[in-house]
Amino acid sequence: MTDRYDAIVVGGGHNGLVCSALLGKAGKQVLVLEANDQVGGAAVTREFVDGFAVSACAHLLYQLQPSVRKDLKLSPKLASEDMTTVVLDEQGEHVRIQGNSVLGVSDADAKSFRGFHKRMTRFADLLRTYLNKPPPRLGTRGLSDLLTLGRLGIDIRLLGKTEMREFLRLIGMNIHDELDERFESSLLKGALSLDAVLGTHLGPRSPNTIMTYLYRLAGDHGRVASPTGGMGSISDELAKAARESGVTIRTAMPVSRIIIDNGRVAGVETENGERFDSMTVVSNADPKRTIMDLVGARHVETGFTHRIHHLRMRGNAAKLHLALDGLPTIAGLSKKDYAERILIAPDEHYVERAFNPAKYGESSPEPVLEITFPSFRDAKLAPPSQHVMSAVVQYAPYDRKGGWTDAARQEFEAAAIRAIERFAPDIAQRITASELLTPADIEREFHITGGHWHHGELTLDQFLFVRPVCSAAQYRMPVDGLYLCGAGAHPGGGVSGAAGRNAARAILSREKAA
Amino acid sequence: MSIAEVPQGRLRSPFYSRISAADTVNQWHEWKGYSSADALYCEDTEYFAIRNATAVFDLTPMTKYRITGPDAPEYINRLVTRDMNRIKTGRVAYAVWCDDRGQVIDDGTIFHLKEGEYRLCSQERHFAWLQTAAIGFDVSIVLETEDIAALAVQGPTSFTVLSTMGLNGLEDLKPFGLMNFDFDGADLMVSRTGFTGDLGYELWIEPGKAELLWDALFEAGKLHGIRAMGTNALELARIEAGYLAAYQDFLPADATMRAGRTRSPLELGLGWLVDFKKPNFNGRRALAEEKRRGSAWRLVKLDIEGNKPAHHSYIFAKEKGNKSEIGFITSAAWSPVCKQNIAIGTVRTPHGAVGSTVWVEVFYQREMHWSRAMAQATVVDKPFWFPPRRSATPPGRY
Repeated sequence: MTDRYDAIVVGGGHNGLVCSALLGKAGKQVLVLEANDQVGGAAVTREFVDGFAVSACAHLLYQLQPSVRKDLKLSPKLASEDMTTVVLDEQGEHVRIQGNSVLGVSDADAKSFRGFHKRMTRFADLLRTYLNKPPPRLGTRGLSDLLTLGRLGIDIRLLGKTEMREFLRLIGMNIHDELDERFESSLLKGALSLDAVLGTHLGPRSPNTIMTYLYRLAGDHGRVASPTGGMGSISDELAKAARESGVTIRTAMPVSRIIIDNGRVAGVETENGERFDSMTVVSNADPKRTIMDLVGARHVETGFTHRIHHLRMRGNAAKLHLALDGLPTIAGLSKKDYAERILIAPDEHYVERAFNPAKYGESSPEPVLEITFPSFRDAKLAPPSQHVMSAVVQYAPYDRKGGWTDAARQEFEAAAIRAIERFAPDIAQRITASELLTPADIEREFHITGGHWHHGELTLDQFLFVRPVCSAAQYRMPVDGLYLCGAGAHPGGGVSGAAGRNAARAILSREKAA
Repeated sequence: MSIAEVPQGRLRSPFYSRISAADTVNQWHEWKGYSSADALYCEDTEYFAIRNATAVFDLTPMTKYRITGPDAPEYINRLVTRDMNRIKTGRVAYAVWCDDRGQVIDDGTIFHLKEGEYRLCSQERHFAWLQTAAIGFDVSIVLETEDIAALAVQGPTSFTVLSTMGLNGLEDLKPFGLMNFDFDGADLMVSRTGFTGDLGYELWIEPGKAELLWDALFEAGKLHGIRAMGTNALELARIEAGYLAAYQDFLPADATMRAGRTRSPLELGLGWLVDFKKPNFNGRRALAEEKRRGSAWRLVKLDIEGNKPAHHSYIFAKEKGNKSEIGFITSAAWSPVCKQNIAIGTVRTPHGAVGSTVWVEVFYQREMHWSRAMAQATVVDKPFWFPPRRSATPPGRY
């Protein structure tokens, strides 16, 4: 006996939940099958040691799209909103960045930053328009594709002659050169470099890092928030919205394969042997896992398999979680600064040097870090007067030479602690427990190939109308009834819900057209 | 390996000693790294050996891949457009393979040697594509061109020659069938295949036995008109048989730069090789779409009036008026055996329906001066040369 659904969503990550909720709202019978015990994918909160809970993978919210909030009537509770970015200085002369203002730098830098920020947000706004709709198809005569494509051209032209030229100059460029021309403060350059490369296999001197920076800004002008209860609270709210629109969510149900019958999708089979029938399967898994593992190369054609196989998606960001018996002492930080987003990226060369070993499959001996103390504003995450620290640590290449052995993990964790110690000498004494998630762990725990946040490097050749690959960038995969709704699809990663929402709309409009 | 040990220049086939001994005109070209003869004494005589006796052609340079592994059947079936599940062990299939856009990369023959073990033969090399197609499959693809010496033995007396050589049981071998024989302790594989459209066989053996095989074959054929032949005679025979040649009647899709220069199997008259009942194969989605919308091009076989071969000619819908140009000739010849002026061409649809009339612009030279004639041509359906002996089993003893 099998159950039949209008659509089955494979994976209850935040995009899968958004997509299922919107399909449910449209009256569809939807089933979500999540491999893990809780929904949310990489946006979950979990205890890593008794009494200490933390956002296990993604830990900051900066991209949840207003359209998603509106469609699903979400109102996430935020512990910290509009967080300031504090870049640590060994002498305690920290630089603080918020919006278009930067403190702790020369007047010239502050002024230059205002101009830089204005231009970048303008470009980011242009991108943002396109994040919330399916990208146009190239090489077709479809009217809506041509209109969107034409509109993109017009929008770029409407920036004006100078700004258009700047846009076209910058979009493929590396951020290091641009920062070096504009600013003198090493800390500022370090911070902006880190922003551009966070979660990627890129260094500030890699081409394309302006685009990744813009992508970060495109969400919400770079405004960063930390939700109460961690990122899991966002996923819980999404799951609630999905259930309210009639969606069935089943956890601990890993899908082992997507069933293809006579060249089209027929349903899915779970690892425990259960079969669920549906003519529409929407995969929240990354493109590689979806096509190579769940569908199988034999059901798609060679050129497509080749492109999917070669998607660049080697994660390079690790997560470090520390249980602390008290806040570490960082000279020059005021009490409330602990609620902010704290960066260790003392200068742009430091960031590039951290990246260097990653090119050769080695982890950084002096890593860069993005640190938060979520328990500072959200006391429930840790026992009274104790704290958790959640940090993204780069670079920890997924395919580390020699593998992620225990020794390799200890070495990298020690390197991260050493990097923090330079600013917080008492950090080591405060640690009562720790957890390091390398990209290999992230792959295992969150079922993301390569442990890459974005389900595929966010670069010009894997962006917009070629994301994840050309000829499959409109959520529809070249197997009838199969769709992609995760970060691997346009526009990419970050807890934005944009991919899930766009996918749902593509599925519904496809149905209307058929 | 020192530089001196690396083979320099063109490769020599294991039959080289015998072919060069038969050669009188010293006319050679390069074929996939090998020296291959255009003709050995007279291409007309060689051609008539195909049609009236037995002609032997060295096809060792033909690209050969061995495809094995647990996923080999599924791999092959996704690679080509026809249903390979219907090709049983011991059978050979003519097949065509496409890219994702449904455009032909090449055609060739696939030998189902043993359960789940195949040999793919094609004029061009396709290692990169075959490897790419192997992503996600448990298969092994090995280039074995140099490991196998191969001869085409074609013509009405070919069966008699091979029987005389001692290949007992060959009379039961049907077209596109395979049989194995012992030859001086080595395995001699014989397939009833060829590129001439006549009764004929292809012989496959380890290179060490090549010369011995050649000698035995020519000894057996002495009284049956056996002759060695070069590529020119084969080229004429294959046009008569209506077979396509890569880089001539179509371009491999992976070798074209310009849009619209590729062809789909439907456009090459190979629709019979495309099995839409198969749920998936490379190019299926694009070909299904093409079938729905209609193809842009059509391959035509033309019976042209007059006797001047229409090499490289434009094809017109009407006799007069340049604007009615609809396509061009890709292969042309005067067919001695059919006594027809024949050609293969490509025209834009809806032109070129079987039985329709088109016009071919033939240029010819008389004492330096060029002349132009418009020749009427009829689109024909069947190959120009398709004798009953080609498929008769058992074959006649000519």
